[in-house]
Amino acid sequence: MAQQPLRQRLEILADAAKYDASCASSGTAKKNSLGGKGVGSTEGMGICHAYAPDGRCISLLKILLTNHCIFDCHYCINRKSANTPRARFTPQEVVDLTLNFYRRNYIEGLFLSSGIVKSANHTMEQLVEVARILREEHDFRGYIHLKTIPEADAEIIHQAGLYADRVSINVELPTDSGLTRLAPDKNARQIEGAMGRTKARIIEAKDERKRFRHAPRFAPAGQSTQMIVGADGANDAAIIGKASRLYDSFGLRRVYYSAFSPIPDASAVLPLKRPPLLREHRLYQSDWLMRFYGFAPQEVADAAEPDGNLPLDIDPKLAWALKFRESFPVDVNRAPKEMLLRVPGLGTKAVARILASRRHRNLRLDDVARLTASVAKVRPFICTVDWRPTFLTDRADLRGLLVRKSEQLELF
Amino acid sequence: MTAMQNVSLGSRYAVHLPAPDDFAFWRERARGLVQCDVPPDRVSWIEPGGTGDLFAEGPSRGDKRLPVPPADAPPVRASQRFLTVARSAALHSDPARFGLLYRVLWRLQRNPRLMEDKADPEVRRLEELAKSVRRDAHKMHAFVRFREVAEEDGTPHFVAWFEPDHHIVRAEAAFFMRRFANMRWSILTPHGSVHWDGETMREGPPARREDAPCGDPVEALWRSYYASIFNPARLKVSAMLSEMPKKYWKNLPEAELIPQLIAGAQAREAAMVAAGARAERARPASLAEVAQGIAACRDCPIADCGTRAVAGEGPQQAALMIVGEQPGDQEDIAGRPFVGPAGQLLDDYLAHAGIDRTAAYVTNAVKHFKFAWKGKQRLHQSPTAKEIDTCRWWLDAERAIIRPRIVLALGASAARGLLGRTVSVTRERGRAIPLDDGGELWVTVHPSYLLRLEGEAREAQAALFAENLAAVRERLGEV
Repeated sequence: MAQQPLRQRLEILADAAKYDASCASSGTAKKNSLGGKGVGSTEGMGICHAYAPDGRCISLLKILLTNHCIFDCHYCINRKSANTPRARFTPQEVVDLTLNFYRRNYIEGLFLSSGIVKSANHTMEQLVEVARILREEHDFRGYIHLKTIPEADAEIIHQAGLYADRVSINVELPTDSGLTRLAPDKNARQIEGAMGRTKARIIEAKDERKRFRHAPRFAPAGQSTQMIVGADGANDAAIIGKASRLYDSFGLRRVYYSAFSPIPDASAVLPLKRPPLLREHRLYQSDWLMRFYGFAPQEVADAAEPDGNLPLDIDPKLAWALKFRESFPVDVNRAPKEMLLRVPGLGTKAVARILASRRHRNLRLDDVARLTASVAKVRPFICTVDWRPTFLTDRADLRGLLVRKSEQLELF
Repeated sequence: MTAMQNVSLGSRYAVHLPAPDDFAFWRERARGLVQCDVPPDRVSWIEPGGTGDLFAEGPSRGDKRLPVPPADAPPVRASQRFLTVARSAALHSDPARFGLLYRVLWRLQRNPRLMEDKADPEVRRLEELAKSVRRDAHKMHAFVRFREVAEEDGTPHFVAWFEPDHHIVRAEAAFFMRRFANMRWSILTPHGSVHWDGETMREGPPARREDAPCGDPVEALWRSYYASIFNPARLKVSAMLSEMPKKYWKNLPEAELIPQLIAGAQAREAAMVAAGARAERARPASLAEVAQGIAACRDCPIADCGTRAVAGEGPQQAALMIVGEQPGDQEDIAGRPFVGPAGQLLDDYLAHAGIDRTAAYVTNAVKHFKFAWKGKQRLHQSPTAKEIDTCRWWLDAERAIIRPRIVLALGASAARGLLGRTVSVTRERGRAIPLDDGGELWVTVHPSYLLRLEGEAREAQAALFAENLAAVRERLGEV
């Protein structure tokens, strides 16, 4: 078959890659191109070079090497049985695209994934080859994220980690039964086995670098994973539980949630209704509660409705506060940091500011207003020198007072 | 206080800064003024071309020479946090920033921990200025777009036009130097420009948009990428606008696509949903409803071949369900499953194995006959995986009504209809595969496969087929 022009293949293979939510380019080892031959730098903070109208940032050139695939996962636009146009890049073409985009400051680097062609090993070798050319032949010092294929040999995955800043393996679905039903060619044990090996390699490489300054880095930005929300029957409590187990067992940097969204030529097995995008947002919020606010997974699950799903109209932190009102109000002048972090409307930065300021003054409501984004949201849950929410915290209709009135309109 | 000796009481001073981003100069002058104990309300800081923030009504009043601090003046102190924040805040476009910086520095001498008091209005304002400068710098890292031009000597030169809100260009040049150390590049802005040739940084005068190149062939690829990575099923315009406000759009080559992407998004999503989904309907509760439903079903293109839907047949309490691939030519004419040559062969083998066909429910994975004309003959065509998956909805409905303890799938298409994945019959045949409704699935070949074989191969396969059926018979007795 004659190859389509590059631009057309870029369209097909970018389109095929967009269901992977990850775009982070942060948290890797610092490097720059001074004293080198090529381009590229990473300085800790990731940079989003553009935003698409779906609100997602475009930080990396996110493409597939090919969307031919021997697997048949129902939720995937690239599954074998889908009637979708197919294309492939050569490793050199991906390298040229990456460098051309990078030199014009369009991107932070490359996020490369692929459909499985021939075999898992063959595919993984091709991915590693792209990273190798970029790093070794062009001395590229930007960010590289490689999707690794759990079925590939450990040795090739190891190679990937040596060139890439981040590696990731998708767990795909929150439940094993969902995986069996919707991704019949994949195996949960194999995925977790590969994640476990990657974790071991990352720890090992960090340890070696402590002792030998020139020991090679292995995926300095760690590993991440992605779960599809709403394609199987798992409720939010189950998803949160799974995510927290993944964080604990595999030292993941991030678990991404991707609300299942309609894809062209969808499989008939999938649910017809997409989950609300807000559900994905609430899951990310609960993820934050666990990672930065000291909530235990069970506490987040406690905030869920009886059906195990988080309420959509209010954020999980407010839901928790409304359920456990006996913990409030919190005295901003005396309460420990852990309790301040539980106040709806106080973020980590606001809490840090309160802790610093209260050494210098007794905080009044005006002061709190200067330190936070919205004092109206915080007010029912705190007391200051001049403010006590005497009846507010106990009001039965408090939820109604705090929920935003506007409702999203239906498509017309 | 000795410093007061060379400060006449009530004197006012004006400091003219050489450049709007010259923090070092401000720091030098501010240090001297603090040492001379000049209170903040007596100093005005004037940028090039500016009028300062205090004495707008009388420009000559602040022209006094600055006092010289005495040799024994105490050193001026400031916290590390102040220095960090001040360095950023000094680049802000607010003309009052240097005055504010001086006021906070002045207060820091009496309260060294002032910067920790985040509720203090002046500290808060300073932090806000610094934050807005940091954001501007971050957006500059993100939104500068280089365009390639060839120099006379043939080397590529990357040139960008950018309009920052604050005086950040000089400070941020280092970022681009670290990133593009081996590239020749220039960033042009209305406030000044910076040029890097691979070895040295050069500063230039303010530029105009026309000075920058107006296009680059790679931008077409970038725009294609931008349009393709966008998922029309999740439109979130406000999230985009908060991070990429419209003021930046005019210098982003991809931004011109945004209006049309937004406009087309709902139509694209609706088309995907319509193409992939049936109208939501209730699952049929009886076999009669299934028969009615499949006759009206137009979910896949096979239904448009002009053939009739062939419903399953057999008792509703059947313990065994036999699933074939799809009706053939004869089945389509008769309107009953497994009546053609393959059906007759199946009947023989079932009888031989001791399975009563009339006690079993017999149906197909796909309900319509898919064929292609060859002359006057209708030639069987295999259904695609997608067609099987679409029709699975009806097969699932039949299973839910009959609840067979054993399902016998004849051929790979039937197995896919039951398991939802492509199944290798040779690997899976002859053993029970648990189904999620508690029943079990047995897989074997389709009898039409035997019809296509000849000689020894046919005999071998026929024996295997008979063996598989015998195993099912035995299992039927057990469950």
